[in-house]
Amino acid sequence: MAAPDPVRATHRAVEAVWRIESARLVAGLARLVRDVATAEELAQDALVIALEQWPRDGVPDNPGAWLMATAKHRAVDLLRRRSSYERKLAELGRDVESERESAEDALVERLDDHIGDDLLRLIFISCHPVLAMEGRVALTLRLLGGLTTAEIARAFLVPEPTVGQRIVRAKRTLAARRVPFELPPAAELAGRLSSVLEVVYLVFNEGYSATAGDDWTRPALCEEALRLGRLLAGLMPAEREVHGLVALMELQASRLPARTDPAGEPVLLPDQDRRLWDRLLIRRGLAALARAEDLGGRLGPYALQAAIAACHARAPSPAATDWPRVAALYQVLAHVWPSPVVELNRAVAVGMAYGPAHGLAVVEPLVARGDLDGYPQLPAVRGDLLARLGRLDEARAEFSRAAGWTRNAGERALFLRRAAACADTS
Amino acid sequence: MRYLVLLEAAQPATPPPPGLLEAIMQLGEEAATAGALLDTAGLAPSAAGARVRLGGGSLTVTDGPFAEAKEMISYALYQVRSKEEAVEWTSRFMKLHRDLWAGWEGDAKVLRVYGPEDFGPAGPALADAPPG
Repeated sequence: MAAPDPVRATHRAVEAVWRIESARLVAGLARLVRDVATAEELAQDALVIALEQWPRDGVPDNPGAWLMATAKHRAVDLLRRRSSYERKLAELGRDVESERESAEDALVERLDDHIGDDLLRLIFISCHPVLAMEGRVALTLRLLGGLTTAEIARAFLVPEPTVGQRIVRAKRTLAARRVPFELPPAAELAGRLSSVLEVVYLVFNEGYSATAGDDWTRPALCEEALRLGRLLAGLMPAEREVHGLVALMELQASRLPARTDPAGEPVLLPDQDRRLWDRLLIRRGLAALARAEDLGGRLGPYALQAAIAACHARAPSPAATDWPRVAALYQVLAHVWPSPVVELNRAVAVGMAYGPAHGLAVVEPLVARGDLDGYPQLPAVRGDLLARLGRLDEARAEFSRAAGWTRNAGERALFLRRAAACADTS
Repeated sequence: MRYLVLLEAAQPATPPPPGLLEAIMQLGEEAATAGALLDTAGLAPSAAGARVRLGGGSLTVTDGPFAEAKEMISYALYQVRSKEEAVEWTSRFMKLHRDLWAGWEGDAKVLRVYGPEDFGPAGPALADAPPG
C-alpha cells in the first residue's frame, strides 16, 4: 500500500468541510449579495483559497468558520467595489464612507444569525417553478447538497457538460426573471412547497428505481434526498407533508438492502428477506409519520404513501400485512391525488386483500383506458393476477409485454423469468 | 455510508461542566438537522452492565465494572458521504470537550458500518472510492 499522500488527505478534508458547510455559506452570502450565482462564486472562491492554503498551512481549527470568514471578506470587497462608483459620483465625504463601511461590516457580522431562514430561501429558489425540472434538480444538488457538476452527472448518467448547462441556464433564468432572495408569500407557500418536495422526491426516486442503465438502485442519490428531506423537516417543522415525505423516504430506503439479490437482480417486495430491512430507518420513518399525523388535519399524498409503506414495514411477512388497510389507504390516496399509477397499486392491494379476481377488476378499466400504455408495471401486475387465477397463457403474454416495455435491465430479466415460469407450468 | 463513532475515556472524577452538555446538544441538533446524525446516546458506567464471554466452548457471564482503564462513554451513528465527513463531525465534538472541559482526554473511534453498497453490485457512488 502506498504511503498516504498528505496533500490528497488535506484535499479530502477540505471536501468534507465543503460538503457540510457549502449550503450555509451560499445561503448566507446570497442574503448579502442578493444573487444566488454571485453567492456561489464567492463561496467557491473561498473553497479555492482553502485548497491552496490548507495543504501548506494546515487545516484551521474551525474550518467551517474559516470558510465563512474568507467568503465574507470576498463579499465585502465585492460590495465595496459595487458601491465605489456611485460613491465617487456623489462625492461623498470620508465620514459618510466609513459610516457606510461600518454598516456593511455590521451586516456581514450578522450573516450567521438567520442561517436557517437563509437555507430555506435557498431551497425555495433552487426549486423555483420558473426553472425547468432538470434545472431545479441540478441546482438543488449543487447548492444544497454541495455536489460537483461531475458528481451530479455521474449520478444521473448524463454527460457533465449537460449538467453544467442546466445549472448555468437555471442561474440565468433566476437572474432574468428577477427572482428575489425571499421566502414565498403566504398565498404561494403551498404551491411552492410542493415544488420543493417534488424535486426532493424525484432525486430519491432516481436513486431508488433507476429508470435506465444496469444499476437497479443508486443509493447515493437516495441518501442525498434523505439528507435534503431531513434538513427541510428541521427548517419547517410545522409542515405535515414535509414529515410525510421524510417518512416515505426513510421507510422506502429501509428496504434498499433487500431489493437486490447477491447477483444484483431485483427482488420485489413480496419476495424480500425482511430480516435485511434497516430497522433504524424503519424506526425513523415511523417516527416521522407519527409527527405528520400528530400535526392534525388531512394527510397529503406523501404522508398517505408513507402510511402505506408503514403497513409493509410493520408486517413480519407479506401474508401478515394488513392488506385491507393498504387497499383503503390507496383509495384515499386516489381521491387526494388521482393517478392511474395509484389505481394500479390499489389493484395489487385489492388483489392481496380480497383475491386476484377483485384485483383484476380494478386493473381492467386501466387497461381499457390506455393511460398506462408503455408503463411496464401495468402488464406485470396484470400478469401476476392472471397467473394467480391460473390463466397462465395470458399471464405469460403480459410478462413478455412488460419485459419489452421496461428500460431497466434487471427488471427486464425478472419479467422474462416470470414469463418463462408461466410457460413451464402451463 | 454510515459511521459508528465510539467514545472512550477514563471515568472522570467530576461531572462534566454544564456548558458542555448544552454545546453537545446544540452540535447534535445541527448534525441531525443536516441529515447526518441518525442516532446517538450516552452509555452508563460499565458497573451497570455485564460481559458475556465465549471461551473453550462455554459461556461466562460477568457483571461490570470491567477492568479496562477506559469506559465506553457514548456512541453516535452518522450517515455521511465520506470518512472525512465523519471525522469532521467527530472533531467538532472532541473540540467542544477541549474548549469546555480542561484536562479531559479521550478517544473517539470512527468505524464504517457495512451497508448495501458493500454487497450487491457496485453503483456509481457520489463520493470517491476510499484510497487504497
